Amino acid sequence: MSVQSSITNPQLPITTKLAMFWSLTKPSQSGLLLATGLAGYMSARCPVFNISTILGLSISLFLAIAGSTLLNMWWDRDIDAKMGRTQKRVTSKGLVSDREVLIVGVLISLIGIGWALAMDWLYGIVVFAGWFFDVVVYSMWLKRRTCWSIVWGGISGAMPILAGRVLGLESIDWIGLMLALGILLWIPTHTLTFSMKFQKDYADAGVPTFPSTYGLDITRFTIAFSSVLAAAAMIAAGVGIGMDWGFLRLLGVLSMGLFMLAAAMTFKPTERVNFGLFKYASVYMLAAMILVVLEVI
Amino acid sequence: MKLSSLARILLLLTVLLASYQVSAGIDGFDTLPIIAYTIAFGVILVAALLIFILGMEVLDSPIVVIVSTIIPLSLAVGLVWQHLASWRTSYLVFAIIGFLAVTLTRSIPTPGKIPTIVLAITHGIAGMTIFLLPIIIAVQGQIKPLYSLVGIGGALIGVGGLLLSFLKTGKPILSRETIMKLFPILLLLTTALFVAGFKFG
Repeated sequence: MSVQSSITNPQLPITTKLAMFWSLTKPSQSGLLLATGLAGYMSARCPVFNISTILGLSISLFLAIAGSTLLNMWWDRDIDAKMGRTQKRVTSKGLVSDREVLIVGVLISLIGIGWALAMDWLYGIVVFAGWFFDVVVYSMWLKRRTCWSIVWGGISGAMPILAGRVLGLESIDWIGLMLALGILLWIPTHTLTFSMKFQKDYADAGVPTFPSTYGLDITRFTIAFSSVLAAAAMIAAGVGIGMDWGFLRLLGVLSMGLFMLAAAMTFKPTERVNFGLFKYASVYMLAAMILVVLEVI
Repeated sequence: MKLSSLARILLLLTVLLASYQVSAGIDGFDTLPIIAYTIAFGVILVAALLIFILGMEVLDSPIVVIVSTIIPLSLAVGLVWQHLASWRTSYLVFAIIGFLAVTLTRSIPTPGKIPTIVLAITHGIAGMTIFLLPIIIAVQGQIKPLYSLVGIGGALIGVGGLLLSFLKTGKPILSRETIMKLFPILLLLTTALFVAGFKFG
């Protein structure tokens, strides 16, 4: 399909168009964030098997996350087209029109946030905060100006788990903040590893990154340090939730693995260790979420 | 060496079994055995996870010799603490000294065959403890017969350790490729026998 196809042939089959928009929502990333939201909700030990609340939480949160992702894609389409990693996206290739992406992004964001506000005002505010930090603060304001933008992207990524807990508790507590901190500190293992791996891409697109600003050593140390702090935050949250002693032991063991990899990355850095920490951190966070859910059911 | 799908499944099962053992399989024990078994199964868990993520090349790292000493030593300490009350303190001292000695002789340049001797003594004593103690107390009727599965697991992990050690010294018993193929099976079988022994013994 050519770059011009959406312009010359605007009547694409609806299924093709849906598939394109679906890919723009980054389903696996949005799904993972949704999973953290559900884990946050369950961590509140409220009656978790309330189907209407679970459905409401899932749909509202997914729409808000997907909406913000679509708007990111719309805003960053010019730099995505310059980066090898992202230039195959349908927005970069011009397979869907910019206007359509903007309209769909705004629409599903409004539905998601509106739905969240209707369910519970505090939950809605946290969901909106996540959307706002991601779209406005991270993408539109800071991403092209400073490498520290990832902190705001991280705060945005931490909002779903807080939102889920807030919906369960109807208030913000230290455990929710600790869970959010765990996610916030975990996100650099992803974003910074990507920025190291695709350093040239980011340079071509003129996006400032940690490696280009502070060098590889400091970036590696930041990844290692934030991984260890993420583990500490998750353990603290686990203790706060009242997690079973056995589950805490397991979380401690997994945290030790993370700590060892972080130490190896700091003192004997290699591409392999870097990749290992990146993958291990994902498994760690997934395991932590599963343990939170198992603790409740 | 790329991991086969079967190897990945075996490693994943090992991770799940070790996770079960750490989180639920050692409840009700005294504090020290809980710590010792958590360390032993924790090392198995993290090792299987790292092999799953990074591949068999992880086993080429020099730190493997030190880390793999932790498993038999901590398992043996747990077993002795539970079943040989009069040996508790002395065995704990042996385990700490043994671990420190292996770590030191592998970290700083040490003359001659000292590193190998230290490793052989430490692994030998710990390995024989894991192999013999569960079987002896099971035969004596002090505990259910299935507890001897822990001993068989100990023998298997000893085989794995021997294969890796000889490979590292450049005198492999089996080819590197065969050892790497066998390793996930050995690791899973060992973990399964330990878990079953503790659960049903």
